[in-house]
Amino acid sequence: MEFEPELVGFLCKWCSSAGADLAGVSRRQYPSNLVPVTVNCSGRVDASFILKAFKDGADGVLVSGCHPGDCHYTSGNYKAWRRVAMVKRALEEFGVNPSRLRLEWVSATEGDKFASVVEEFTGEIRELGPGPFNHD
Amino acid sequence: MGSKPRVGVFVCHCGENIAGSVDVAKLAEEAVGLEDVVFATDYEYMCSDPGQNKIVEAVDEEGLNGVVVAACSPSMHEETFRNVVEDSGLNRYRCEIANIREQCSWVHRNGGTSPTSKALKIIKGAVQKVKRNIPLEPVEMDHSDKCLVIGGGVSGIQAALDVAEAGNEVILVEKEPTIGGHMAQLSETFPTLDCSQCILTPKMVQVSRHPDIELMTYSEVREVSGFVGNYRVTIEKKPTYVDPDACNLCGDCEDVCPVEVSDEFDEGLSTRKAIHIPFSQAVPSSYTLDEDACLGLNPLCCTECSDACDADAVNYDESSQFVEEEVGAIVVATGYDLYPKEEMGEYGAGSYQDVVDGLEFERMLSATGPTGGEVRRPSDGEVPNNVVFIQCSGSRDPENHNPYCSKICCMYTAKHAKLYKESVPDGNAYVFYIDIRAGGKEYEEFIQEVQEEERVLYLKGKVSKLEEVDGSLRVTGVDQTIGEKVEIDADLVVLAQSIIPSDRAEEVSKQLNLNLGPNGFYKEAHPKLRPVESIGGGVFFAGAGQAPKDIPDSVSQGSGAAAKAMDLLAKPTLSQDPQVVEIDEERCSGCGLCLGQCPYGALELNSRGIAEVNEILCEGCGTCVSGCPSNSLSLKNQTDEQVNEVIKAYVGD
Repeated sequence: MEFEPELVGFLCKWCSSAGADLAGVSRRQYPSNLVPVTVNCSGRVDASFILKAFKDGADGVLVSGCHPGDCHYTSGNYKAWRRVAMVKRALEEFGVNPSRLRLEWVSATEGDKFASVVEEFTGEIRELGPGPFNHD
Repeated sequence: MGSKPRVGVFVCHCGENIAGSVDVAKLAEEAVGLEDVVFATDYEYMCSDPGQNKIVEAVDEEGLNGVVVAACSPSMHEETFRNVVEDSGLNRYRCEIANIREQCSWVHRNGGTSPTSKALKIIKGAVQKVKRNIPLEPVEMDHSDKCLVIGGGVSGIQAALDVAEAGNEVILVEKEPTIGGHMAQLSETFPTLDCSQCILTPKMVQVSRHPDIELMTYSEVREVSGFVGNYRVTIEKKPTYVDPDACNLCGDCEDVCPVEVSDEFDEGLSTRKAIHIPFSQAVPSSYTLDEDACLGLNPLCCTECSDACDADAVNYDESSQFVEEEVGAIVVATGYDLYPKEEMGEYGAGSYQDVVDGLEFERMLSATGPTGGEVRRPSDGEVPNNVVFIQCSGSRDPENHNPYCSKICCMYTAKHAKLYKESVPDGNAYVFYIDIRAGGKEYEEFIQEVQEEERVLYLKGKVSKLEEVDGSLRVTGVDQTIGEKVEIDADLVVLAQSIIPSDRAEEVSKQLNLNLGPNGFYKEAHPKLRPVESIGGGVFFAGAGQAPKDIPDSVSQGSGAAAKAMDLLAKPTLSQDPQVVEIDEERCSGCGLCLGQCPYGALELNSRGIAEVNEILCEGCGTCVSGCPSNSLSLKNQTDEQVNEVIKAYVGD
């Protein structure tokens, strides 16, 4: 059977989760591999959440927030930006391909973009194969 | 949760919206097998009365202390179901929504079993979260009773008047020297052909005389901080160099002013002086000295206007004033502009003098316009005998211009054709259209009437080319009805330019944290059910800034926005979301790193050197929580433990 990646997506409530909702309202079809966790702000995404997701078996992790300058809480997305960069470096040190972690900016009006991101990311991780702690 | 968790899971079919691609019965069946889930059921419409009753009954009969509703997005019905849970006697935060519609069933329609297994994961996550939720009580806070209205067009005017009539103070901010907006420029209004100024100017006067409205014209909002109920706003009041109380409108200043510039109120079809009044019924009724056009204020090079002013109203020493105000609610009514005709390469890109846009033609028709209401073309002042009107100019053209319908152009073009015929009875009017959209009270009847006029020819088809040939404008298009190419030599062409959001929309959206849609119009909280509210609350929309609108719709939305603002201002206190950050004093080392993470200044180190959170200022983003090196901070009901358990439910099993 073809490898089906398991992906976790941390979406901020105000922009990206609303963008994902819009993809739904527009009935834009995309792969079901990514399961969304809505948090208040991308700045709420603790580095440990990302590591935890990989440790529990995720093959890829998406962090998605409001566009720079548009954060509902002014600047949380900038913090997320730095944290994701930091975790990417850490992943590399552990021998994990850092492209398994992806940061995106998706606004409440970018339903199509959200769907495209998930589509693309699912394809990429499918190419990369199972993640570092995939238990299957 | 104190006592042992007893969670109920309620799976909604949403008719076929969820049940069409997700096996809802299986979800309910699987949910009962989950740890701590003691009850699960599925139902056709969970949000309906019988659906809600199922929750109330189950809470009572099964002794539930946690509820998961697997249904549509929380932005739709989280409030509804939290209210239900509260009515059942539980704290409203004992309810979580598993979004299995927008983020699952609607987007994975052909996925076989996968949408169901994804939906199950989402439900499992919500169960993990809800059983760790703690009861929270809203934080009550005082709020300002004032309302700020940004934009003094007809919708802003209506909103300001309604809010003020209800007894709340209003600050109406308008960037131009007068209120009235584009409506003040119009000649007559469809379909009744009321004179626009005759119906608008009394309302403008009402605004200026209302004791509860503070009118700030020639002003712009520069900074906004705070939140619903307690916004702090900085408004720049630009200098007009004329004291409106002293100015008696004699016009002596204007007569002596040596500078002539293009008149924006007349859309550039006439000139005005550097010291000017936009139109004689302007409110406030006072002159404004345009500092960019003035020969020079600094150093002062010309004092003609001041010398001529017997009332001593001119004061060259004025400068911008920055006024700070606290307001509870904000109505955004920044309105529209026309898509520039310079963008229309196919129609000469603004290079032909006798190709005008809709607003220019309004000025040509207006009794107070540059031609006194006679239709005379700009190039030589001749009366045009052949006028071509091109509808959808820049609209409904996703490849080259704007994809949307501008909504008002079919109607105003018909009005233009009719008014032109009244002015030039033996002239010919040709209207090129794609479709006629006349949905509105007595609109279709109006269009019919115009179409039946003599020498008004409606041609279904697009104009492909517009060029100057031997002194006239050759319009080449297709008449789809007969399937033939048409060529008309016109004396004047009127482009029904697309409606675009005002150039202020982008800045205002940044200041107020609003979302803009793909075409730059403000995005409302819900396209059907909450069309005047912003997503964040506290800010309401009126007029064409939210979508192209005609006058009745703009006025209705102005009243709608006012009602929403009044609803908010009438509450004695506002309850703030209690989902804020709390601090574990035992763990906090007092490093102070969190202080720099917080965009609201809600954290500070107390006298014991330990971080303390101000619950009123905290907005609950949780950024500090993820930045705390000692894990001493936590976001209520979105703790590290909760998120980690959700992750485990998704991929750990």
